[in-house]
Amino acid sequence: MGLDIRWPIGLMFTLIGALLAISGAVTKSDHAISLGVNINLVWGLVLLVFGVLMLLGAIMGNSGPPAGK
Amino acid sequence: MQPIHLAGIDYTILLAYVAFVIGIGWTLARYMKTSSDFLTSARSIPTWVTGLAFISANLGALELVGMGASGAKYGISTAHFYWVGAIPAMVFLGVFMMPFYYGSKARSVPEYLKMRFDERVRGLNAFAFAVMTIFASGISMNALAKLLNSLLGWDYNFGLFVCSGVVLLYVLKGGLTSAIYTEVLQFFMIVLGFAPVVWLGLKDVGGWHAMTTTLQSVAVNPSTIYIKDAGISYAPNAWTSAWTPVLAGPAHNPLGVDWFAMIFGLGFVLSFGYWCTNFLVVQRAMAAKNMTAARNTPLVAAVPKMFFPFLVIVPGMIAAALTTLPDKGYRIPPPIISQANYDKAIADVKSVNAADAVKTIGDDLGKKVDSGKILSLVAANAASKLSDDQIKQGLYNSVAENDYDGVILSLVKKYCPPGLLGLALTALLASFMSGMAGNVTAFNTVFTYDIYQAYFVKGRSDHHYFITGKVITVVGILLSIGAAYFASMYNNCLDIIQLVFGFVNAPIFATMLLGMFWKRTTGTGAFFGLLGGILSSTLFHAMTIAQGNAPGIKGGYLEVDKIFPSEMAQNFWLAAFAFIVCFTLTVVLSLATKSQKTDADLKGLVYSLTPKIVDNNVPVYQKPAVVGIVLLIVCVILNAIFW
Repeated sequence: MGLDIRWPIGLMFTLIGALLAISGAVTKSDHAISLGVNINLVWGLVLLVFGVLMLLGAIMGNSGPPAGK
Repeated sequence: MQPIHLAGIDYTILLAYVAFVIGIGWTLARYMKTSSDFLTSARSIPTWVTGLAFISANLGALELVGMGASGAKYGISTAHFYWVGAIPAMVFLGVFMMPFYYGSKARSVPEYLKMRFDERVRGLNAFAFAVMTIFASGISMNALAKLLNSLLGWDYNFGLFVCSGVVLLYVLKGGLTSAIYTEVLQFFMIVLGFAPVVWLGLKDVGGWHAMTTTLQSVAVNPSTIYIKDAGISYAPNAWTSAWTPVLAGPAHNPLGVDWFAMIFGLGFVLSFGYWCTNFLVVQRAMAAKNMTAARNTPLVAAVPKMFFPFLVIVPGMIAAALTTLPDKGYRIPPPIISQANYDKAIADVKSVNAADAVKTIGDDLGKKVDSGKILSLVAANAASKLSDDQIKQGLYNSVAENDYDGVILSLVKKYCPPGLLGLALTALLASFMSGMAGNVTAFNTVFTYDIYQAYFVKGRSDHHYFITGKVITVVGILLSIGAAYFASMYNNCLDIIQLVFGFVNAPIFATMLLGMFWKRTTGTGAFFGLLGGILSSTLFHAMTIAQGNAPGIKGGYLEVDKIFPSEMAQNFWLAAFAFIVCFTLTVVLSLATKSQKTDADLKGLVYSLTPKIVDNNVPVYQKPAVVGIVLLIVCVILNAIFW
């Protein structure tokens, strides 16, 4: 069915991950609510990595048959 | 719980998700040309996608809110829903049953029943299933609207209609494919949205070991956090061991079940009934692109499913542990009490004399209250005037009832700063919406093919049924909204869902099992067996009740012949009873009647008349039997670890 689902997943998590990470990096706070962890930065980066991996998967998947793999 | 205010970043994340979901629907719309594209995805989707959708379709209110609630209420025993229930059933579906569903080219489970038996069995199953999907969808939307109301202060009706509207938009555009794709998106959203909350919760409670130690005091005296009535006590491991408390008998575990009800009622009947015959999940596997992919769908799904207890049950256990630690400033949330009632109670705290305090304030709040806490609150206010907010907090802590469905969001609220809060809320929202989408896409297929095309308007062009499918989608959503209002009457949605499954699903698994593996089963036997099973479960419910419930909607409305220690036990026994009635009736009637189908008719539909699938050219790690055995071994190991 026409659409490779890895594209929307990858795009969405890259976007949200970047947003969270940036917000975590620029917000000045003692992070009391999240037990002293800058959770937005940490988790934003996790989402970003996941999103980029999905996008890579989609790009590789579209470059023709997986020759040699 | 005080409503919270979402920051710009939270709304951005929420809107991004909604935009992507609707975007997927819009992108897929141009591939929707026939009723089969719209209602069955034209059997074209890769295994990992159908596999993740397979578990995601079930990941609505049932999973997140219900499992979190049960984690607090019953502890790690809740994991039996996975390790005794879902996993073995999913392996059985993939290895043994999927060849008949997929190989028969049926478009739905009711249609398979028509091929195997006759029109009556299909009609009965299609009708029962249609009703059930509407209820499941309504329950999910009710939970969502309640959540938006308590957490964001949105109006209940507004939340219900807006979310239903979003679901309507993407399902109407992209049909089943749209639902399956968004379910995959939602799967990742839930895992990645909740993992940080579980992590922070565990960190707060002091790690896994500290949590289990704290839960020992809960088990010994559960009434301190209002989980059970005063005087009830369990062995210290009742919340942290999955098997020893169950083996000790119904009085020794918070579920109130024994091993037979657990293994036969939940493990065999309820779970197999749900995972192996419920078209909502089976539909995802039937959309796979070939037989191997279809058989591997539930097996792929079983891998993450096995570890879900850590994501959905552990938060409930964390909540119960945190509640017993006074310095954490947390309790399992009480039922929602209106501000007007709080205001009345606050006024009375200031004016009432100590002798009447407990009764007056309890009446003001309309809930059971902890008399010790009320008296010390009144005394504290008399000694030094407290502010209204302090009194309200004191009243909140004194309510001696729990709203377990609120556990998950109370943790989200406790640990998530703006940003992560948006992510976690979006994950919750996503699960509820896709719960609705899953049910609606199953409903429209069954209604269009098995009710409308079968009985009302036969033999029209495909375009006619394509349009019908779309209209039925709208009708299904409207009916779900009605069901949501109905569901708002209940407290723990998991118990209710299990109950409905008990009525409808327990007997159907007996029918399916006999139909697939015993070629002598006749249409008449199956039909009356099924009918008898459903009637007997309804009757069983009407004549039994769980301890602490008044006769009425929770059972016992005809007479009370048997009192079970918990609703859970009542449900498990009901399922076991319905299964046995259906199984026996079907066998007896089949032997007494003559089959209308010849062996040739049944080829591909019954085990003994279908050539075995030889998957020689499939790599060993893709062979369903091999994968299934590995999964079962891991499952046994998990059971042993939490014995």
